[in-house]
Amino acid sequence: MLRYIALRGLLALLVAFTVSLAAFLLLNVAADPAQAIAGEDATPDVIEAIRARYGLDRPLSVRYFDWLGGVLTGDFGESYYWHKPVAELVTDRADETITLALSALAVTIVIAIPLGAMAALNPNSWIDRFALGVAVSAQAVPNFWLGLIMIILFGVMVPIFPVSGDDSWKHFVLPAFVLGASSVPAVMRLTRTGLIEVMGADYVRTARSKGFRGWPLLRRHAMRNALLPVISVLAVQLGQKFGGSVITESIFAINGLGRLALESILGADIPTVQMLIFVFAIVFVVMNLIADILNAALDPRIRIG
Amino acid sequence: MSTLLDIRNLHVSLNIPDGQLRAVRDVCLSLDSGQSLGIVGESGSGKSLTALALMRLLPRAADCRATRMQFQGQDLPALSDAAFARDIAGPRIGMIFQEPMTSLNPVYTIGRQMTEAAIARGMLSGPDARKKAIDLLDRTGIPDPEARLAQFPHQLSGGQRQRVMIAMTLMLDPDLLIADEPTTALDVTVQAQILDLLDDLRRERRMGMILISHDLAVVAERSDKVAVMYGGEVIEQGTSAEVLRAPAHPYTQSLLRAIPHLGGPPGRLGAIPGTVPSLLHPPRGCIFAPRCAHRLPECTTARPPLRGTGDTHRYLCTLDHPPQVRLTSDPLIGSGAVDGAEDVIAASHVTQVFQTRKGLFGPKREIRALDDVSLSLRRGETLALIGESGSGKSTLARIMLGLSVPTQGQVTMLGRPVSEISGTERASFVQPVFQDPYSSLNPRRRLAEIIARPLVLRGDGDAAARKRAVEEAMDLVRLPARLLHAYPSQLSGGQRQRVAIARALVTRPKALVCDEPTSALDVSVQAQILNLLDDLRAEMGLTCLLITHDMAVVHQVADRVAVMYQGRIVEEGPARNVLANPAHDYTTRLLAAAPRFANDAPVPEVAQ
Repeated sequence: MLRYIALRGLLALLVAFTVSLAAFLLLNVAADPAQAIAGEDATPDVIEAIRARYGLDRPLSVRYFDWLGGVLTGDFGESYYWHKPVAELVTDRADETITLALSALAVTIVIAIPLGAMAALNPNSWIDRFALGVAVSAQAVPNFWLGLIMIILFGVMVPIFPVSGDDSWKHFVLPAFVLGASSVPAVMRLTRTGLIEVMGADYVRTARSKGFRGWPLLRRHAMRNALLPVISVLAVQLGQKFGGSVITESIFAINGLGRLALESILGADIPTVQMLIFVFAIVFVVMNLIADILNAALDPRIRIG
Repeated sequence: MSTLLDIRNLHVSLNIPDGQLRAVRDVCLSLDSGQSLGIVGESGSGKSLTALALMRLLPRAADCRATRMQFQGQDLPALSDAAFARDIAGPRIGMIFQEPMTSLNPVYTIGRQMTEAAIARGMLSGPDARKKAIDLLDRTGIPDPEARLAQFPHQLSGGQRQRVMIAMTLMLDPDLLIADEPTTALDVTVQAQILDLLDDLRRERRMGMILISHDLAVVAERSDKVAVMYGGEVIEQGTSAEVLRAPAHPYTQSLLRAIPHLGGPPGRLGAIPGTVPSLLHPPRGCIFAPRCAHRLPECTTARPPLRGTGDTHRYLCTLDHPPQVRLTSDPLIGSGAVDGAEDVIAASHVTQVFQTRKGLFGPKREIRALDDVSLSLRRGETLALIGESGSGKSTLARIMLGLSVPTQGQVTMLGRPVSEISGTERASFVQPVFQDPYSSLNPRRRLAEIIARPLVLRGDGDAAARKRAVEEAMDLVRLPARLLHAYPSQLSGGQRQRVAIARALVTRPKALVCDEPTSALDVSVQAQILNLLDDLRAEMGLTCLLITHDMAVVHQVADRVAVMYQGRIVEEGPARNVLANPAHDYTTRLLAAAPRFANDAPVPEVAQ
């Protein structure tokens, strides 16, 4: 098990390194950063000056290793726009996004897994059709539209929840629901197919032949097997919640990383964008690592090859 | 002796999109406590559904009704699902399934799965359940039982898993044990051990047992009573001796003639023509009438009456007297290779090493699948390569087909190294026939296309010539020309395997390599294919490398036999000598493990 975790960890590190390289190259090669900072109308002299000022006149490889060295020591450089250390900017705003992403994931789990399970246990019943309806609509409705509808419904028509800001837990209810809804279809359908497959498996038949039925059968012999693939998908979904926070945070005026990303992209604040890409990618990598470890903990076939 | 189980007029129907499949009809079975009942039948005969109906394990889409279903005097249909699960399933009736590989939950330990039912029912405390589990594992012959409790199913072999299943079922001390094809998925030597174990346990504990099998020999050896099922009906039942020595129903008689026997010289098998009728619309008359050699006009119009000879022997037949049983069979018509025939394919000193690596960084491991194997196939002979799963026989077959290159050693075809022969040219030397005719034919192509495919790939002849070649090949394998434009899905298993053989023969190869050509088929269909191989030997001097795990099949068709064990050929020689006087210990074990009818039972034959 330890060996497995170590190997997975090593692999995750490799991925993180690759991501850092890709993030750096995309921002520094695809466009000219000095031009972006200076704006479209800047004269060549100004651009040259900016180049010298931010060290952009050095070779690409030097700049990359300079940046990477900083990353390893927690120094992501200084924001061109806010003139503060990027790391400080990001950590200041991370709380809101983490709260939003985790509560969105909780919304997904609470809706998708029971709904999927009920649909699986009564295939082709009204609840199965209802679950399918939910999945199709949640898949079809764009995030921003659902956000606006929620604001109209629960912020304006029946003003239960605040629609702007991040001061209390109440502020997170609508955005978490909106962000969580987008993952419901995938998780729900996967729970449903997984559980249907498991309920038809030979080992569940064996358990039935020993006299297990109903909830004990589900809990003892079906749930763990059916949820194994769901865990991997949830990890990816949580990663997407961080990425998806860009739109949701803008709609609900939450001052988190998503908004920071939007602002720094608009302001051509390359060090900030660079760090945000890196952080979002690391979240994905870490989530996948956690999912791998959880899967190994739950499935002995992975743990003991 | 008290009656343990009494089932009257059991009907099971499955609702499928095309209508209602009447899979089990009017089945009556009874069993005294401590007795064993064998249910025999080919696939689709309804034998498993009968058992599942008894255990309330039928699929959702199934309807089940019976005029009586009593267990120890208790009326089963009257029980609610909850009461049935609490009182019957487990502590009174236990069940063992066909697939040991998938019947245990992969994510829980053996210990937990064995003890959970007893603990959840409050029958035993945790430590007591553990102790009992260890005792039972020990009793079922699992080494180091205590350590096994902490292991997971995937760490055990198939045979061990089936022992765990048996021990697990016995944890609740059932009065009736249902074993549904408990050994079909296992190797021959393991099969015999598991069946002996079940038999011993039954006697020790005075349990009733229902043993379901497609293999008459397996059931014959170990049951007090036998019920033969066909097309959803019990067409004959009685004591084992009655059913096996004086079979009265034409189907039972034909089935017994269709099984290759190890004793006596091999003869033509009594293949049953035709296929099982659709159970969507079962015929009004006798279900077996369309395939019956003794059919009378009234067989197809009226239900056959239930007749009896003696107290226990019952069968469903319109004939007033059972057909006469004939004691001889026709001799085989094919002849083997003449002495000194040339080698068609020869493998010399072939070694195959596979390297596997666990994960990205795991250490390399070497598996020696073949270790210095030399084998040659002579013109006109049938050479059987026999061995259990993992012995390397399929790897050797691939190499002799020229489909993979061995690590060491070389293969020659008519003296030429296989590496010098191009793929298309090789196709006229040797062609394969695979085990599963359901997955080895492209479902989207018509027979004419499937059979002509090797010719098209080789660019042989024009359309007319190909059509002639296809028709000749179909004629050789006794496929009627009207099937030329049929799709595989319209064919039965036996017909599909004929198509596979026709496809192999269409290039007129020097040799065929048949990998377990009959092990996916029912006994009566296996007989058709084995007879066909005999015909082909007589008509075209077929040269054939036959890979099999079944000693009786070897006895039936092979001239020579090579026994493989752990990547080596441990014994080789004329089939007659090897089967009569095995020299290697492993061959002896294989022979001893092969199920056979008791020696004193005459081999029944039916006059046709």
